[in-house]
Amino acid sequence: MDDHRALQGWGRTSPSVAMVHSAGDDVELVRLVADAGPRGVLARGLGSSYGDAAQNGGGVVVDMTSRDRVLSVDTGTALVEVESGVSLDQLMRLLLPLGLFVPVSPGTRQVTVGGAIAADIHGKNHHVDGSFGRHVVSMDLLCADGTIRTLTPESELFWATVGGMGLTGLVVRATLRMKKVESAYCLVDTERCVNLDDLLARMTEGDHRYTYSVAWIDCLASGASLGRSVLTRGWPATLEQLPRKLRDHALDFHPRQLAVAPPVFPSGMLNRATVAAFNEVWFRKAPRERRGEVQSIAAFFHPLDAVSSWNRIYGPKGFLQYQFVVPFGAEDTLRRCIEMLSDAGQASFLAVLKRFGAQGDGHLSFPTPGWTLALDIPLGAPILGGLLDRLDAEVIAAGGREYLAKDSRLSASEVAPMYPRLEQWRAIRKGVDPDGVFTSDLARRLGL
Amino acid sequence: MKDAIGNVQRVLVLGGTSDIALATVARLTAGRRSVQVTLAARPGERRSAATAELQSLSLQVSEVDFDATDRSSYEKAVTLAFDDGGDIDVVIVAFGLLGDQARAWRDVDAALDLVQVNYAAAVACGVLVGERLRAQGHGAIVAMSSVAGERPRKSNFVYGSTKAGMDSFYTGLGDALAADGIQVMVVRPGFVRSKMTEGLKAAPLSQTPEQVADVIVAGLRDGRRTVWAPPAMRWVMLALRHLPHPVFSRLPI
Repeated sequence: MDDHRALQGWGRTSPSVAMVHSAGDDVELVRLVADAGPRGVLARGLGSSYGDAAQNGGGVVVDMTSRDRVLSVDTGTALVEVESGVSLDQLMRLLLPLGLFVPVSPGTRQVTVGGAIAADIHGKNHHVDGSFGRHVVSMDLLCADGTIRTLTPESELFWATVGGMGLTGLVVRATLRMKKVESAYCLVDTERCVNLDDLLARMTEGDHRYTYSVAWIDCLASGASLGRSVLTRGWPATLEQLPRKLRDHALDFHPRQLAVAPPVFPSGMLNRATVAAFNEVWFRKAPRERRGEVQSIAAFFHPLDAVSSWNRIYGPKGFLQYQFVVPFGAEDTLRRCIEMLSDAGQASFLAVLKRFGAQGDGHLSFPTPGWTLALDIPLGAPILGGLLDRLDAEVIAAGGREYLAKDSRLSASEVAPMYPRLEQWRAIRKGVDPDGVFTSDLARRLGL
Repeated sequence: MKDAIGNVQRVLVLGGTSDIALATVARLTAGRRSVQVTLAARPGERRSAATAELQSLSLQVSEVDFDATDRSSYEKAVTLAFDDGGDIDVVIVAFGLLGDQARAWRDVDAALDLVQVNYAAAVACGVLVGERLRAQGHGAIVAMSSVAGERPRKSNFVYGSTKAGMDSFYTGLGDALAADGIQVMVVRPGFVRSKMTEGLKAAPLSQTPEQVADVIVAGLRDGRRTVWAPPAMRWVMLALRHLPHPVFSRLPI
């Protein structure tokens, strides 16, 4: 099925119109790539990247979500082979009952395996398990010359594709190493932190004891409370850690959708007043300290998935997510960035702080050791552009970088200093796709 | 491509010496680095001055030759501009000729000059630019119309009739290109104190090119199809349009 239509990212900004093809079998995919016109071709999954990463204005976009078969499962080795359009939601529903959990889970289940590889996504366990690419055993990549190559982590092209934003080719299939679990629950410790120093100290001191760790920061708090936050950390729960009544159904996974955000939401509902009120309630409601609480995987990892299309609450002007990482030792930069956001009163519900562990091998993979802060910001305020430009400068000066899967506004000159392996990646891409058949709005905006 | 904040990467001005267009480019790119601007205009002092003005704002400016009175220059200019780099986010169709009204309705050459520049060339450029933007799957056209096209007035109806024609064309073009993700915005300014109106007596509600530029930038941001400058002009013209002819024809406008 072909369809000429406008595509947007999750932030609902900067649409572009492309010819959208629903992915057929391999033969059809090869033909689509061979017939790509001057504006090239790009794979798209569930469109959860925030900016223009899954758009290709004037070109061809292949909707991979129709390629959603799980091809094989081995519960012994925890290896599963899937088509790239399989979503993490599907994998969890299907495989958790068999005791297999995705090795890396982002804040939403609504991403495809292909997208997870292209963005080399990370989760709350990055400090121990690394990013998604580390758990990919092999993948089949449809290249610009029409061949489908099976890549393993020994090949350079594999790591150019992990985090490569779909620009090296089209991932058709992948084999993943899943994580064995005994239950679909986590044991969670929750702590309130009075300010940024308190938070950073607790994370630095204790994160290594936990598989999962994340902090939610109130970016509107200022002064002595700057960076006040709620830190939640946990482990996959073993069978015997569960209360007796849950043990019989320990691997059940039936996340429910509680609501769908209505399609019409005025812009400006999320303003300083409403968000400050929300943040206050949310901070007060968190326990000062609670240990060993049993939470379902859905509640712990994907609270926002309970409200379908929640991006609509930002109204027609949309929103963006700003996510950066700065190295350990650049805590001053982190503090300054939070101060700048707090001073500007740029409302953000969701400021999330994590500690990244060791760097992966993907040339354009985002995670590098350090602190990563992610915030959702509604669009509309005239000061926003300048504020984010100043944050970019801080991040670059500290040797940090921003996440391409979230980005919707960087320019070409800023990407090179953020990604020192960009030239190496370009050379590999040029080798496999000299004419730039695989391209995207993001690639054109950033001159990748 | 225009980013989430609304920042543009490349702008093309057809009629690259227009005061309103230059003010719009300045507003549109304020505070941004590395924006590319292509000025399509007749070579000469005015174009060089425009280039220098934009370069002083640290924009990367390139020039292409374009002459609205020379039919053979349209396609070459548009092709050169589009092939000279990345996608173009905004095209401003800013060229126009006020002409000499006293001659224009009694002299065929004077009348056809206005028709050629304000209507025929504008239509041709709309067709050419529309095709290129369609191929990109994104972009915007800003078409400089005029309130003069709203209801013909004795004092400048030849000019007004050409603007009415181009206004209709671009309004329709916007509908035709909507499915391709292209925004076409028709701008209807009142009297603007600029090079074009030098020496003329300012009309009520007259404004500066910068004021018009603000209206244009806001309209682009909000995805508008028509904007009036100043915005109140919309209601003034609504009233004028519906005045009975005997009254209208006696107005000193």
